[in-house]
Amino acid sequence: MLKFLFTVIRRDVLLAARRRGDWLTAQFFFIMVVSMFPIGIGPEPEMLRTIGPGVVWVAALLASLLSLERLFADDYRDGTLELMMLSPYPIALLTLGKAIAHWIINGIPLLLIAPLLGIQFNMSAEAVWILVLSLAIGTPILYLLGSIGAALTLGLRGGGALVTLLIMPLYVPALIFGAGAVEGVLSGTGSEAHLSLLGAFLMMSLLLAPWVSAMALKVSVD
Amino acid sequence: MNWDSWQAFWAMGGFGLYVWSSFGMLLLCIAGEIGLLRRHRLQVWQRLKSMKSWDMQ
Amino acid sequence: MNFYNYASPATFYPLAGKLIPWFAVLAFILTIVGLYIAFFVAPTDFQQGEGYRIIFIHVPAAWMGMLIFVIMAFWSAIGLAWNTRLSFVMARALAPTGAMFTFVALWTGAFWGKPMWGAWWVWDARLTSTLILLFLYVGFMALQAAIDDTRRADRAGALLNLVGVINVPIIYFSVVWWNTLHQGASVSLTRAPSMAQAMLWGMLIMALAAWMYTIAVALARARTLVLERERQTEWVRGHLEGQP
Repeated sequence: MLKFLFTVIRRDVLLAARRRGDWLTAQFFFIMVVSMFPIGIGPEPEMLRTIGPGVVWVAALLASLLSLERLFADDYRDGTLELMMLSPYPIALLTLGKAIAHWIINGIPLLLIAPLLGIQFNMSAEAVWILVLSLAIGTPILYLLGSIGAALTLGLRGGGALVTLLIMPLYVPALIFGAGAVEGVLSGTGSEAHLSLLGAFLMMSLLLAPWVSAMALKVSVD
Repeated sequence: MNWDSWQAFWAMGGFGLYVWSSFGMLLLCIAGEIGLLRRHRLQVWQRLKSMKSWDMQ
Repeated sequence: MNFYNYASPATFYPLAGKLIPWFAVLAFILTIVGLYIAFFVAPTDFQQGEGYRIIFIHVPAAWMGMLIFVIMAFWSAIGLAWNTRLSFVMARALAPTGAMFTFVALWTGAFWGKPMWGAWWVWDARLTSTLILLFLYVGFMALQAAIDDTRRADRAGALLNLVGVINVPIIYFSVVWWNTLHQGASVSLTRAPSMAQAMLWGMLIMALAAWMYTIAVALARARTLVLERERQTEWVRGHLEGQP
């Protein structure tokens, strides 16, 4: 079973490596969205430091929703998805593998770019560190929950906007605890509570989301 | 009785705008919902009826 | 009584047709009684003056918004577990009414808050959660509207509904947490005035009225949905001969 999981992950990562253009676009989307906020709101360092964590986190939400569209769509279009679903392994392993691969492809770059954005927003070193940590715990949650939305909207016209509409409410706890962890550093109240809750949320998502996503795939494909 | 006159009732102690905007919106929503429901039913009915008549031919 | 009978659309349709007038009349009577209490029995509030009377529709609307979402989830679960088509129809029929009440809760919340606390919108825990609940309703309806195949739409919506209902307590908890952290104004928008008996009774009766209304409307909507889905059957074709 583990071998199946690794095969799924490896396949998706390799396929993404061959389409670097798409991947780059998503990363630049993240950077650009974040840069829009100071341009729209104003450059005062104090204010930027306050809104920074929230802005980066919201941009991460949007970037993940943008890329999630492609989680199942490409394989669905050429029929590979149906074939994979016929395999003797639980479909939840398939969805879990794809979510993990997606995180490796899209989530890890987010973690590497975030410190640069943190500096843009005048955040202290400790705040930047907690930002990266919160994103490290949080982005898997985004992709796990997002896979449910991607599975439900497979092949539909609404596209990215529909997935966003469906999944945004589910992202709220991750956003609150993730951005809250960094704000805890800023206000001096500490971030342990937020990060623990975020971690608990990750555990729950890890246990439940692949199954729900698998059910959603069965609904959409059969 | 709470009110000295109809005037006092509509004025709601100065809060008339807020109270009646609230009740008004509720009334609007209920009327709208029932209206849409009726219209939908009529549309479905007419469509199904015409589909049935095509089958007869 | 064989309940499985009512799982058949052909039995449901006439039964619902007979029940709707009863629920409608009940809703009407309860509304009149509730409004009477709201305006003519409940006394003026010491702190909030006459403006507080909005709670007689704000609170019932908020309750119904939440309750309907949970009832929808019940029907969604039954539909997914036993593959009964009518269960999915009930969930679909309830959604617009639930969204309507949620919207009214937000609107009346704003019109209550403005004179009381000076702002049209406050990001307190309950209003924010209600807003997210509205998004969940809209998501459910949008997903079903985007899927042409009825069976897939039913099941996808049901799944989304269940995911939503499980998440609502988590979302509410996180929003309360967020709200207490960012405590600026210490006033809670939804802290109602200390309840006089009449106020409580008024709210309860209005809530009951809203519930009766919901059942009537949902049954009516379900009947139209059933007509459409069962259009190929004998009983529908025969029924179409009559009046709409």
